[in-house]
Amino acid sequence: MINKTVRDMAEAMQGLADGATVLVGGFGSVGQPDALIDGLIEQGAKDLTIVANNAGAGRVGLARLMELGRVRKIICSFPRSAGSVVFEELYKAGKLELEIVPQGTLAERMRAAGAGVPAFYTPTGYGTLLTEGKPTAEFNGRPCVLEHALPGDVALVQAHKADRWGNLTYRRSGRNFNPVMAMAAKLTIAQVDMIEPLGTLDPEEVVTPGIFVDRVLLHPVA
Amino acid sequence: MSETSFTPLSRKQMAARVAQDIPEGWYVNLGIGIPTLVADFVPAEREVVFHSENGVLGMGPAPAPDDADPWLINAGKQQVTLLRGGAYVHHADSFAMIRGGHLDLCVLGAFEVAENGDVANWATSANDTAPAVGGAMDLAAGAKRLWVVMEHTTKEGRSKLVHRCGYPLTAMRAVRRVYTNLAVLDVTEQGFAVVDMAPGLSFDDLQARTDAPLRKA
Repeated sequence: MINKTVRDMAEAMQGLADGATVLVGGFGSVGQPDALIDGLIEQGAKDLTIVANNAGAGRVGLARLMELGRVRKIICSFPRSAGSVVFEELYKAGKLELEIVPQGTLAERMRAAGAGVPAFYTPTGYGTLLTEGKPTAEFNGRPCVLEHALPGDVALVQAHKADRWGNLTYRRSGRNFNPVMAMAAKLTIAQVDMIEPLGTLDPEEVVTPGIFVDRVLLHPVA
Repeated sequence: MSETSFTPLSRKQMAARVAQDIPEGWYVNLGIGIPTLVADFVPAEREVVFHSENGVLGMGPAPAPDDADPWLINAGKQQVTLLRGGAYVHHADSFAMIRGGHLDLCVLGAFEVAENGDVANWATSANDTAPAVGGAMDLAAGAKRLWVVMEHTTKEGRSKLVHRCGYPLTAMRAVRRVYTNLAVLDVTEQGFAVVDMAPGLSFDDLQARTDAPLRKA
């Protein structure tokens, strides 16, 4: 019997290694897997590369992970946002490596990783500071830059409903990066609001099929 | 210099002026700031579909306090609503709508627009202490047309319409039209062409406030 549900956080985080690239879902706080981020803080892996749209806020969650010195590098589109104090402190002090990626290029680099596309050309960012030094080529008269796929060792995602096969549904704009990240990592861990019996999720509503998901932890968002 | 008397447009008037030019049936992404206000001035009977890059197509206005839904936000992380016919998508599909040329229009704010259509709106120095770009570069490169809405000059009175941008670029040759508190200008092969001016403002008054040379459309 396939059963991807795990009993507790320790089982969810098992084997997460130092030096891992961790994809973290969410757009701001919506659809962010807060419990799994806390689980990662507790688990102890260090020297991490974090891929997320934002760089955390306040001194909890991703910001706490960074403050503890466990993050070597962050890859994101919009690190500076309301309350991103820890990021700004560490970045100014030179204690955090930053790779800024246009938001759509960030999503597409992970989609590419999940779809077996090693690299692709895009006009986004051509002629800007963010693509300096990248190979360029012209297609249909339009200059483009070469962008590489961005695979993760681990993806931490938040979803609404799941079943024991790891099929996932989402809530409104809480979907955001989660399905893309689930595709792009070797190990995908989902934090979900509810687990339904196999066969009760409407197949038409499943956004992330279980093939992309390895572990499911029940953790209803308050 | 003798000047005629004129009143610059307010932020709301600028947004209303942009809304006037958006026809029914367009799919439109609005940036943060004055662009967000544009939606308020599209008449309810004119069906325009608003897109938010965090995966919302068919976005409606802010909810009534009783209907607020923490799971439904826009790219500025404000709570919004979904209109009848709306849909949710994930981030790669949302940006496929942008990067694949499916949006009829994107309206962004900017620090500078150059007469060749270059736009700078994400950083004010190459050594920004904490840079952040979000979806601006995807939108500027991907939408079918890019309009910029911004004040004509900085608080210090410096023209934001320039010969060449001094700030780091968001995209090259991307802007089609600029709406300011003083004028509406098309970006053409021959530079800025004035389409419309604030009531009472003369062409010479406008040129005096603009670094780039202007011509009449």
